[in-house]
Amino acid sequence: MNASLTDTEHALDRDHATALLRSMLRVRRFEEKCAELYSATQIRGFLHLYVGEEAVSTGVIPQLRPDDAVVATYREHGQALVRGVPMDAVMAEMYGKATGCSSGRGGSMHLFDLSRRFYGGNAIVAGGLPIAVGLALADLLQGRDRVTACFFGDGAVAEGAFHECMNLAALWQLPVLFVCENNLYAMGTAVHRALSQPHMALRAASYEMAAWSADGMDVVAVEAAARQAVDAVRSGGGPHFLELQTYRFRAHSMYDAERYRTKEEVAQWRLRDPIDQLVARLRHDGQLDDTELASYEAAVADEIAAAIRFAEDSPAEPVADLLRHVHTEREAS
Amino acid sequence: MTGSTVEQPAAAAPTRTVTYREALREALREALQRDDRVFLMGEDVGRYGGCFGVSLGLLEEFGPERVRDTPLSELAFVGAGIGAALGGMRPVVEVMTVNFSLLAMDQILNNAATLLHMSGGQLPVPLVLRMTTGAGRQLAAQHSHSLEGWYAHIPGLRVLAPATVEDARGMLWTALEDPDPVVIFEHGGLYNTAGELDEDAGPVDIQHAAVRRPGRDVTLVTYGGSLPKALEAAAALAADGISAEVVDLRSLRPLDDETICASVARTHRVVVVDEGWRSVGLSAEVSARVCEQVFYELDAPVRRVCSAEVPIPYAKQLEEAALPQVADVVAAAREVVGSA
Repeated sequence: MNASLTDTEHALDRDHATALLRSMLRVRRFEEKCAELYSATQIRGFLHLYVGEEAVSTGVIPQLRPDDAVVATYREHGQALVRGVPMDAVMAEMYGKATGCSSGRGGSMHLFDLSRRFYGGNAIVAGGLPIAVGLALADLLQGRDRVTACFFGDGAVAEGAFHECMNLAALWQLPVLFVCENNLYAMGTAVHRALSQPHMALRAASYEMAAWSADGMDVVAVEAAARQAVDAVRSGGGPHFLELQTYRFRAHSMYDAERYRTKEEVAQWRLRDPIDQLVARLRHDGQLDDTELASYEAAVADEIAAAIRFAEDSPAEPVADLLRHVHTEREAS
Repeated sequence: MTGSTVEQPAAAAPTRTVTYREALREALREALQRDDRVFLMGEDVGRYGGCFGVSLGLLEEFGPERVRDTPLSELAFVGAGIGAALGGMRPVVEVMTVNFSLLAMDQILNNAATLLHMSGGQLPVPLVLRMTTGAGRQLAAQHSHSLEGWYAHIPGLRVLAPATVEDARGMLWTALEDPDPVVIFEHGGLYNTAGELDEDAGPVDIQHAAVRRPGRDVTLVTYGGSLPKALEAAAALAADGISAEVVDLRSLRPLDDETICASVARTHRVVVVDEGWRSVGLSAEVSARVCEQVFYELDAPVRRVCSAEVPIPYAKQLEEAALPQVADVVAAAREVVGSA
């Protein structure tokens, strides 16, 4: 197996690399369409795009088993789609429809799918970490060899919940994989303006936890790091921490004027676009031609078009059901 | 009782005297015995035996996996309780006091109370959260507040206030059977109180308020640590010929409007006794519901006896002055019945 895209000694496994490419393309094009739909006011609320960060979810989540758990943030379209939450249900959720994956109660920031053990969709920064610790505690207490993967951004590292959870997970040797998606900005606040110690892995290591960094723009490197970490967690190695260095190409949300960074900086990072890098490598190795790439794009476009049709044709979540799901509905006795 | 026509059970169930603390411990023991998914987690619940001694002995009986000491990380371990509940366990999480629970408020409100709705019904959170509340022990302004009303404000939570040994013994199991989060407030002043408990005491209903003393002239609505004060006030009023009915709310969310309003419809006067602050609190809610639902039954305006609007002070005389006292309840009741 290759350890990174720059490892040119070994050829990429063509089928596998193609699957990675298609996964990232699917997330990218889905989100680009969401931005259009947002401008057309079909999608409302907050919309946080993941464009530029696709290698993280595509590299990490397939290393998990179906019975493992995923906890994510409000920037979670990529995690949801890669985890297998159907695009139809995600799009319908954005539309606030009854067929949405959260029945129109959550929207973009709160995608859930219990059947895939996808636990959201948490819009309080670092709010998902304690949940992940608890899911892992349940597995430990019940003697299951499951892994909980918890995604969060660099902003979460400044929160108290982060430190409490690092400590608790390490103290109790819980089977959690902490995945820090370091995109260098907590909304508009750069890491170096927020953290006295910006080296994320060093922070985690101070809790006696195995921790390392990987290039989050290189899907092969992400995958190699994640595979190693997931295996270690599952085999009883306690919590692990991965810092994946990545970059958000678009604004924080649709309301962001991006006054905090320069166009040149964004342009520099775009040169390392995870999709472009993989495409270049596959072309370099003679494993991808224009026809194939066009066919992948067409397949994704079809899926997105179908998801939009599904969302538009779906019934609205009825106002009469407003008060449902505040308490669990029990069988009438 | 010869010649009495009062119906008596054929043979009164045998009872024993237990403290509120012991009743809580028995409830925890029963829960740990009955269901492998139940575990207790919190600061000093294990080796120390619980900050207030409630879990003393349970570590030895059930081991450190199920009676789990935590670091001082309220936010993390309350959230971990939520996650463990999602993962199929039935956690009982203890937070030392309601003041400390503020450190975990994000997890309680934004996750425990919200996940079910936000996920379109996919993620019930069967978590039981226990915490101490209330003043009266000169613990000053960071260990003495009564913030039950804050929690009772939140849709998605069930909020309980056991005030008797029977409820201390019986509410936990019923709460654990609830698929959604339940917060149980134990008043610090009640731990050493004792009462008679049936030998076969077990789970109790957590839906309804209870009439603890029937009366005709005025209803005293209260809960938790103020129940003994209300009962004492009712006894004092009886000596003066005023018959006070005492309603123990038991459940602070949802409120049992039916029991409250039925009592007011009988007595036509009501005094709400609440150790929380008066403004925007539980007493205001009870008062509003009475006014909305049985306004025309009232012969006098609703009265409230609450804590003074001040952080609870340390000095004994100041603390006493800040809290609802029996004399205050008696005076308010006299006023509404027009015999002040």
